Formats: sequence, structure tokens, C-alpha cells
Amino acid sequence: MEIDLPFIWAGIIAFAVLAYVIMDGFDLGVGILFPFFPEKHERDVMMNSIAPVWDGNETWLVLGGGGLLAVFPLAYATILPALYAPITIMLLALIFRGVAFEYRWRTKRAEHLWDMSFIAGSTAAAFAQGVALGALVQGIPVANRAYAGGWWDWLTPFSLLTGVALVIGYALLGATWLVMKTTGGIAIKARRIALRTTVATIVMMGLVSLWTPFLDPLYLERWFGWPNILFSGLVPLGVAGCFFLLMRGLFRRRDVLPFLSALGLFVLGFIGIGISFYPYIVPTSVTIHEAAAPDESLIFLLVGALFLVPMILAYTAYAYWVFRGKMNPDEGYH
Amino acid sequence: MFENFDALLLARIQFAFTVSFHIIFPAFTIGLASYLAVLNGLWIWTRRQVYLDIFNFWKTIFALSFGMGVVSGIVMSYQFGTNWSVFSDRAGPVIGPLMGYEVLSAFFLEAGFLGIMLFGRQRVGEKLHFFATLMVAIGTLGSAFWILSVNSWMQTPAGFAMNEAGQFVPDDWWAIVFNPSFPYRLLHMVLAAYLTTALVVGAVGAWHLLRNRAREKAGVMFSMAMWMLTIVAPLQIAAGDMHGLNTLEHQPVKVMAMEGHYESHPDGAPLILFGIPNSAEQRIDYAIEIPKLSSLILKHDLNAPLDGLDTIPQELHPPVPIVFWSFRIMVSLGMAMATLGLWSFWSRRKGRLLFNRPLQRMALLMGPAGFVAVLAGWITTEVGRQPYTVYGHMLTADSVSPISAPAVGASLIAFIVVYFAIFGAGTFYILRLMGRLREEDLQDDIKEAPIRTAGITPGPPNPHRHEEMLRGN
Ligand code: HDD
Ligand code: HEM
Ligand code: HEM
Repeated sequence: MEIDLPFIWAGIIAFAVLAYVIMDGFDLGVGILFPFFPEKHERDVMMNSIAPVWDGNETWLVLGGGGLLAVFPLAYATILPALYAPITIMLLALIFRGVAFEYRWRTKRAEHLWDMSFIAGSTAAAFAQGVALGALVQGIPVANRAYAGGWWDWLTPFSLLTGVALVIGYALLGATWLVMKTTGGIAIKARRIALRTTVATIVMMGLVSLWTPFLDPLYLERWFGWPNILFSGLVPLGVAGCFFLLMRGLFRRRDVLPFLSALGLFVLGFIGIGISFYPYIVPTSVTIHEAAAPDESLIFLLVGALFLVPMILAYTAYAYWVFRGKMNPDEGYH
Repeated sequence: MFENFDALLLARIQFAFTVSFHIIFPAFTIGLASYLAVLNGLWIWTRRQVYLDIFNFWKTIFALSFGMGVVSGIVMSYQFGTNWSVFSDRAGPVIGPLMGYEVLSAFFLEAGFLGIMLFGRQRVGEKLHFFATLMVAIGTLGSAFWILSVNSWMQTPAGFAMNEAGQFVPDDWWAIVFNPSFPYRLLHMVLAAYLTTALVVGAVGAWHLLRNRAREKAGVMFSMAMWMLTIVAPLQIAAGDMHGLNTLEHQPVKVMAMEGHYESHPDGAPLILFGIPNSAEQRIDYAIEIPKLSSLILKHDLNAPLDGLDTIPQELHPPVPIVFWSFRIMVSLGMAMATLGLWSFWSRRKGRLLFNRPLQRMALLMGPAGFVAVLAGWITTEVGRQPYTVYGHMLTADSVSPISAPAVGASLIAFIVVYFAIFGAGTFYILRLMGRLREEDLQDDIKEAPIRTAGITPGPPNPHRHEEMLRGN
């Protein structure tokens, strides 16, 4: 059997993007939730819960982008110009929040300023990513190996909806992360927020899912055509299951379960998007095979990826393990 | 706004601006990561408290610079797609995998162990903590390896073929990665990073010595930094010379621009020390030159003929004045660094290193010189290869995205405003930290950042011990 390199690579890139979304998702989410925790010591603990891991989380974004350039250069070269404004906003927003991790501890006078920068940066980055996702789902026209649409095509009611949806979804991830990592007042508040954002996330997922099939006949067929519906029907079932577990975890005080279930929701949403897209990488203009770089490029990087990605996962897991468990609530108050 | 601007020009300005900001941070963090690993090793080996104190002092500064390096770097990796999409599509199959390796083998390594390095000494123990520090240092060097391979390939492309879609496709990966200018560029850049760090560390040490503060720590820093300069600055000059000879072989036009050779010199070219390049008239005004020296340096023969820009069509000339000046700035600073290194060595031999105030003043003055030289060097390299992005094969004008001037213009302004505000604030915080080496300054710092005052309660599960930064264990 012939090995389908582009297909394998599509899987790896999808994995990188998913890893990014759930990992940076929770730390962006913590930033989004900052306004609900006005007290300094709460914010200190929240930020400390993600400080050792945020950089690693964001590296998956670089892998997603860099990987796309390496193995699907045509996709990279058409998607990014099409999403020029949201991408630029995301990059700038990531600067604002990224520096806050260090700056915030370096000044007392301007601390609130960097708190603001953290909040605004996290929220704007999440929103811009959601808008970018929505714009991608809507489809990107390509002619002569170049983006062939207008400068404002990315801005539609649908992409605004996906923007809001992602902010809410990240807030859910952030809230369940805090439930898992903190104790006392922060955890109680986080549990309450998690409840509300769970409901909101499910509603948003529903709205987006109902809207998507009507954006393109391809999606409609994909989701509701026979026999596809047998498989695509599993996704909503899974969502219902995650919802149940999440609620159960929140009410029964099983503090790790809500976070895992929220991750589950994201994985399912991601699978849903995958179902819609396949075999396109730039919907609905360029397929995975059309965008792929020559086999020499794919093989060269695949060798490294097969060896290095497991190593990365191992030491990333180790880094999380080092900082495992609940945060000490009194820390910083001796 | 910007309707009347050229989108290509704006995209070039944006790239030059963002990459120039970015390189400032790697130039410092590559060297500092290695320095931290050395300090950590010395502490474990000798158990002298001063090494641990210096480690903790620079660790905080490292964390700040590294953060800025990361966020400005992420911008770079997406800018290839937003602004240089045609280039990305065509060169992606060759340079993409190299950058992919950079992410997989270097960025993840840095990021994965950074958290442990900054917050984890107590949780993982001394040995593993040292290991994490080493991994961060190795990661930064790995990152330099891959990205410089990419850049060198664009300067001296090798090992590729073209396909029907007009893409560069890999033919021989070994030839691509180890392309002709890569070994020289890697060596020159890594030495540049070490020099930059040594100059900064030396300046901070000098500043405190001059004020007679924290003399033990300041003295150790100053001495270590001066050793580095004494050894590395001459090496850098030698490396630069070899780099130049290599450039002459593969990018002769760039060397013509660096040397200011508008005219050919059939029997021995002069070395133009200074002068004012006059592109309109194609000559150097007010040139101060040493006859035949350029031929001697470049060809090791006084009378060897050297071609000038008059042998090259005008539209393929790089902007000569920029290259001419930036090259001279770099070389002068290189000479100044070597001078500082030699002076400090002489002073050390006489046992006066820590008391030689004029030397310390010069070290203080030279603190930023590494950054200036690095930027000047990159400007020489990059402007000198114009009008190409992939030298000899793809023009910069053909690389740009089909974007409109207002879009690039707006994002350019946003980047300029944000970079100056954010990185300006970061620089301010770094400078302030650099001023706090004494114990009583550290007490001030504690008042500023209460969380770091947490008492020492050993053993897990005790999250990020920010206080280690100050307490040093
Ligand atoms: C000589 C070294 C060097 C050069 C020429 C460049 N960089 Fe860089 N870069 C580094 C050395 C480095 C580093 C030392 O690895 C950094 C700096 C500080 C840091 O945090 O890592 C980094 C960070 C960094 C990051 C963030 C990595 C992370 O998430 O940890 C990205 C995405 C890039 N860079 C991308 C680029 C691109 C696209 C460049 C070319 C235009 C570039 N860099 C030039
Ligand atoms: C990090 C240090 C670097 C600095 C300071 C730097 C600086 C510059 C400058 C000043 C220009 C503008 C030249 C001109 O337009 O006249 C330029 C162009 C360019 N550089 Fe670099 N560069 C660096 C590294 C790199 C690397 C590592 C790459 C590739 C991976 C790269 C790719 C490019 C490209 C594609 C252009 C063409 C766009 C343009 O002409 O503006 N550069 N760079
Ligand atoms: C004093 C003697 C020096 C000489 C003769 C020299 C020579 C050169 C040459 C010829 C180039 C351009 C190579 C090309 O584009 O192909 C270059 C680039 C560069 N130089 Fe220097 N240099 C010297 C000192 C320094 C110093 C002191 C620093 C920094 C601390 C430095 C940093 C750089 C950098 C960052 C580049 C761009 C990257 C590269 O092409 O390596 N140089 N140098």
C-alpha cells in the first residue's frame, strides 16, 4: 500500500493545532477570567498557575504555522493573506499578554496596567482566533496560487459568532483549570463560572453547528447525507456525554473531571470541523494533496517529527508533572 | 491613508522593523542562557554563594528578555505568510522543513524546560534544575543553528531544483542545510551573541564597581565578562574576515557594496576607510583610502584585480550607502571590543582589573555595542543581498503577498506603536533590575513584588517558588 504522506501530515498539523487550542486555550482562558477576580492575591495565584507552562503551550502555535509552511506551503501562502487582519491582531494581542507574565512582577505602580494588558491581550487573541477559524470555515477563494478575495471577506456575522464562541470556550477551559489547580475562594468562584460557561459553550457549539452546514453545500452533505449522518451523529452524542461528566464533576467536587470533560468538548468540536473540511485544507479551494509540498520535504521533516514529537510530549508531560497538584493558596502571603 | 504608497516598500519596512526588534532579544538570550548554565554549574561545583547570587540576578533579567524574544519571534513566523506569501509558496518546500526542525528540536526544548529553570529548583532538585538550565541553553543554540541555515540558504542557495509550479524543491538536504555561507554565518552570529552578552554583563559589573557597590558580585561578573571579551573579540574578527572571503566568492556584488567599489580596479584595489557613497554619480566622495589594501585583504595579493559595481547592471545593485556604512559600524565596534578585551587583559595581569576606573568606564560605555554591531551586521547582510530574497533566483519584488498598501501600512503602524511601547517598558524594567545588585536593593524589590517574599517551606507540593529568584535556593 502506498503511504499517503500528505494525509499523515494533515493529521500531524491537525494534532498540533488541537494541542495548541486546548493548551493555550486554558491559559488564555485564565486571562479572560481575570476581570472576575479583582483581588490581587487571587490574580497572583491564577497567573502563577500557568506561568511555568504558557510558553510551551504557545510553541504549538509556532508548530502549527511553521509546519504549515513546511508541508502545505500553498495553504500557508493563501490562508494567511486572507486572514491578514485577524492574524495581525492575534499576534499583537499575544505580545500584550505574553509580556504581562514578567512585567507584572516588576512594578507595583503599573501592575494594574499589565493586568489590563493581560486581560485585553488574552481576550483579543481568543476572539481573533475564533474569527480566523470562522473565516476559514466560510471558505477562502484561491486563484493562480494566491488568495483571490477581498480584504474584509473575513468579517461576517458567522465569523463574529465563532469569535465570541471561542472566547467563551476558552473561558470554560480556564475556569475548569482553576477548579483543578486552586482551593478556597478562587475555586468556589471558578466552579460557579465553569457552570455558566459550560452552558454557554454548549449553546455556542449548537449555534455554530447549525449554521455551518448552510455555509456550503459540501458541509450539508457531509453532515446530513446518508450514511455520513451515522458517523457525524456520534459527535453530538459525545458532546452530551462530556456535558454530563462536566456537570457531575462540578457538583460532586471531583476537581479534575471538569477540566478533562471540557477538553473533551474541544476535541469533539475539532473532530466536527475535521469532518466538514476533509479533503480540503483551504476550504473549499485547495485540497490536502494540492497544497502538499513535494515528498522530499514531507519525508525529511516526518523523520524528525516521528522521533521528536513523542519526546516533546514526554518532557512537556514532565514539566506539567513537576508543577502538579493544587496551588498552595497562602503562597505569597507569608 | 497609504493608498499612494508602494505595498512592497511597506512590507519591506515592516519586515526589517520587526526582525530587527526580534534579533535584539536572541542576540542577548543566546549568550545569557549559556552564561546562566555556566553559573549554575559553578555553583554546584564550588558551592560559592556568589555564583548562585549572580545566577539568580541574571535569571530574572533572562526571563524578561526571553519573554520578549518569544512574542516578537512568533510575529516573525507568521509574517512570512501574511506579507511574503509568494515567497512562502515557492521557497516553503525548502526552508519550511528547516524551520520545522527549529520548532521541534529547539523551541520546544527551550520552552519545555524554561518553566523548570525559572520556578522549579526546589521541586526537582539541584541536578535536574541544572539539566533544565542546560537544555534551555542548548535550545537557544539549536534555534540559531536552524534559522541561520534558512537565512544562509537564501543568501547562498544550494541543493535544490525547480518544479512546474515554480517552487524550489529540495534535491539534497545536506547541501541545503550546510550551504556555502552557513558555517561562517553560524560561527559569526554565535560569537556575536556571546560578545553581546559579555558586553552587557561587563557593563553591569562595571557600573556597580564604579559606584563601589556589591563589589564581590560585581567583581566576579566583570572579570568573567572581560575574559570572554579578551578571548572572543579577536576570534570574531578572524571569523568575520573568513566570512567576508566566503561572501566574496558567493556574493561578490555585496562585497563591492561593502567596500564601496563602484569602479573596477584591474591592478590592485584600495581599501576605502571612510567616504560618502554617491549613488547618483556612482562614486565615493571624499574617500580616505589606502592603496591596494583591499586587494591584499580579499585576494592576499597587492596587485590582484577586483571587479567593481560597474560590471553589474544598475538594477541589480544593492543600496550601496546603507551597506557601506553599516559594514563600517560593525567593523569599528569589533575593533573597539577587541581593544577593550586587550586592555582588560593587560589590567588583569597587573592585578588592577577591579580598580581600573577608566577601563570600567569604557566597559560601561560599550554595554550596548553588541546590539548595535549585530544590527549593523544583519543590515549589511540583508540589504547587501538585495534585490533578491533567494540570491540570484528570486527577486524581493516577486516575493511579496498580493496585499494592499493600506493593509500593510496599518499593520506597520500598529507594530511600531506596540513594539516601542511594550519593549520600551521591558527595557526599562531590565535596566532597573540591573541596578539592583545589593542586598538592600533586593529588599526594595521585595516590597515591589510581594509574592516573591514567600518564606521557604521546603518540599512539594509547593508551587512556583518565585522567592527563589531573590533568596537563591
Ligand atoms: C540567531 C538567532 C536567531 C535569529 C536570526 C532569529 N531568531 Fe527567532 N529566536 C531565537 C533565535 C533567533 C531564540 C534565541 O531561540 C529565541 C529568542 C529569545 C527566545 O525566546 O528564543 C527566538 C524566538 C523565536 C520564536 C518564539 C519561539 C517560542 O515560542 O519559544 C519564533 C517563532 C521565532 N524566534 C522565529 C524567528 C523567525 C521567523 C526568524 C527570522 C526571520 C527569527 N526567529 C530570527
Ligand atoms: C535576525 C536578524 C535579521 C535582521 C536584523 C534582518 C534584517 C533585514 C533587513 C534590514 C531587511 C531589509 C532589506 C531591504 O529590504 O533592503 C531584510 C530583508 C529580508 N530578510 Fe532579513 N534579517 C534578519 C534575519 C533574517 C532571517 C533569519 C530570514 C529568513 C529566515 C530573513 C529573511 C528576509 C527576507 C525574506 C527579506 C526580504 C524582505 C525585504 O527585502 O525586506 N531575514 N532583513
Ligand atoms: C571586526 C571585524 C568584523 C568583520 C571583518 C566582520 C565581517 C562581516 C561580514 C563580511 C559580514 C557579511 C557577510 C555576508 O553578508 O555574507 C558580517 C555580518 C554580520 N556581522 Fe560581522 N564582522 C566583524 C565584526 C562583528 C561584530 C563585532 C559583530 C557583533 C558583535 C558582528 C555581527 C555580525 C552579524 C550579526 C552579521 C550578520 C549575520 C551574518 O551574516 O553572519 N560582526 N560580518
